[in-house]
Amino acid sequence: MGDVRLMKGNEVIAEAAIRCGCDGYFGYPITPQSEIMETLMIRRPQEETGMVVLQAESEVAAINMVYGGASCGKKVMTSSSSPGISLKAEGITYLAGAELPALIVNIVRGGPGLGTIQPAQSDYFQAVKGGGHGDYKLIVLAPASVQEMNDFVDLSFKLAFKYLNPAMILSDGVIGQMMEKVELSDFKPRWTAEEIKEISGSWATVGKPADRERNISTSLDLDSAKQEIFNHKLQAKYRAMEENEVRFEKIACDDAEYLFVAYGSSARICQKAVEQAREKGIKVGLLRPITLFPYPTKAIQEMLKDVKGILSVEMSAGQMVEDVRLAVNGKVPVEHFGRYGGIIPTPEEVVEALEQKILGK
Amino acid sequence: MTEEIIIAGFGGQGVLSMGKILAYSGIMQNQEVSWMPSYGPEMRGGTANVTVILSDDRISSPVLKKFDTAIILNQQSMDKFVNEVKPGGTLLYDPNGITHHPERKDINIYRIPGAALAAELGNPQTFNMIIMGGFLKVKPIVLLENVKKGLEKSLPERHHKLIPLNIEAIQKGSDSVETVHTL
Repeated sequence: MGDVRLMKGNEVIAEAAIRCGCDGYFGYPITPQSEIMETLMIRRPQEETGMVVLQAESEVAAINMVYGGASCGKKVMTSSSSPGISLKAEGITYLAGAELPALIVNIVRGGPGLGTIQPAQSDYFQAVKGGGHGDYKLIVLAPASVQEMNDFVDLSFKLAFKYLNPAMILSDGVIGQMMEKVELSDFKPRWTAEEIKEISGSWATVGKPADRERNISTSLDLDSAKQEIFNHKLQAKYRAMEENEVRFEKIACDDAEYLFVAYGSSARICQKAVEQAREKGIKVGLLRPITLFPYPTKAIQEMLKDVKGILSVEMSAGQMVEDVRLAVNGKVPVEHFGRYGGIIPTPEEVVEALEQKILGK
Repeated sequence: MTEEIIIAGFGGQGVLSMGKILAYSGIMQNQEVSWMPSYGPEMRGGTANVTVILSDDRISSPVLKKFDTAIILNQQSMDKFVNEVKPGGTLLYDPNGITHHPERKDINIYRIPGAALAAELGNPQTFNMIIMGGFLKVKPIVLLENVKKGLEKSLPERHHKLIPLNIEAIQKGSDSVETVHTL
C-alpha cells in the first residue's frame, strides 16, 4: 500500500496536481473549493517540484494564465466553483478553439447567480453542452469519491494531452468537502524543457527551429472555408473521444429491473438507495457515468433489454436526464428526481421517488 | 461491519475533530471511512455536525438520513436528530444544556456529563475525547490503540505532547458513561 491518508477531496486535488508533475496552478478563491489553492499555498510545491502556484487577480486572469502556460506545452490547471467557472467560460472556449490541453476543476455550488455555497450539480449543461460559445466539447470527468479526486487529476492531463483539448473535473461541495481514505499517487517529475519539445513541439510555443514554421496558439481564423475544415477536425476528435474514452461503473445491474442513472455525489446516494430498495424487494441497479462527455450512451442502451424504467438522479432541476432520454429514445419511461439550491437528497427520498415516479407507472 | 454515526453540537466543541480522529482510527484498522461535515454558514459559530461512517466494505452514501448512532451535544441537535436514530440504534448525549431529554423506547440511550468532566480535568478542550471515551465504551468499534494512532495522525506534531491528556480524557469518559435506557 502506498501513501494512505484521510483527506478532503479538495486537498487531494492539490496534492494530486503536485504529484502528477503539474507545472502551474492559477486560481482565485471561492467556496466550496478554496482548500485547493490553500493546500497548494501551504505545500509550497515551488520549493519541491518547481510547480508555480499563483493567486490571480480574478478568474478571468487565471484562465488566461492557463492559456499562456498551456500554449508553452506545460501541464497547467485552474479551479473554481460555479460563478467563477462562468467567468472563465470565455477562456475555456479559447482553449478548446486553440486545441490546448489544460485541466479545469469545478467544485459546483447551487445557483443560478451567486446562489449558495452548498453542493449542487446544476452546472452539467455548462460543462457538457458548452458554457462558452462555439461548437466545442470538454472532456468531463465526474469523481464520486476522494480517491477518484486523486486519480482523475493525472487522468485528466493524460486525456487533455492525448486529444489536445481542455478537460474538466466536475465535482461538487460534497466530494470536495468530505474526507475519505485515499491512497495518493506516487510522485512523477515535471517534464523537462527537452521532454516538452519532444511531446508537444509540433504545436507548442517552445521556440522556432529553422526547419519549421513558427507555432502559433490561436483560435482565430477569418477564412470561413478554413474555419469549417478546422471544425470538421474538432468534430472528428470528439467522435474519437466517444469511441475510446467512455467510462462508467455499473452497480447491482446484473438482475436489475429498474435503473438509477447518477454521477458524482448523487451516485453515492443512489448506491445507498439501491441497498435500501433491494431490502424492500425492488430490483434496482445503478449506472454511474464517470465521463459526462463522452457520455455512456451505449451502456445505457445495452441495459434497455432488461430494465422497465429509469430514474435519473441529480442535484439539479433536470439536466443530465436529457442525455439519458436521448440514449433511451422513448423505449422505457425515464424520469428525473433532484433536489437543488444546495439541498442534498437523502437515500430515502431517492427510493420514494423511484416508487412514485417509476414503479407507480 | 458498518457503523453510521452523526456527531452534532455547537461549533467549537470539537465535533469535527472528534469525527476526524474516529475516522483516522478506522483507517488504522484497515477500514473504509468517510467524514462529511456541515460546512458554510452553520460552522461559522452555530451548530456543527459531521457524519462519520466506518465500514469493512466500500461505503455507499456519505450523506445519510438515518444513523446507527447519534452523539448529541446540544438541544438543537437533539431536536434535529433524536428521531433519526434507527430503531435498535444508540443515542449518546451530554445532558449539559439539554432541556428536553430523549424519551424513545426503541433505541439505547446513554448519557455522559462531558462538559462537567472536562471542567474537572481542568481543560475544556478534552471535552470531545471524553465524549469519544463514552462512545467507545458503549460501541467499541475501534481499539484504543488505534485511537491513539488516530490522534498521532490527526494532531500536528507540536500537539503530540497532549496525547496522554487525551487518552486520560477517553478513559474518564469510558468510566463515566451512564445508561439511561437499553433494549
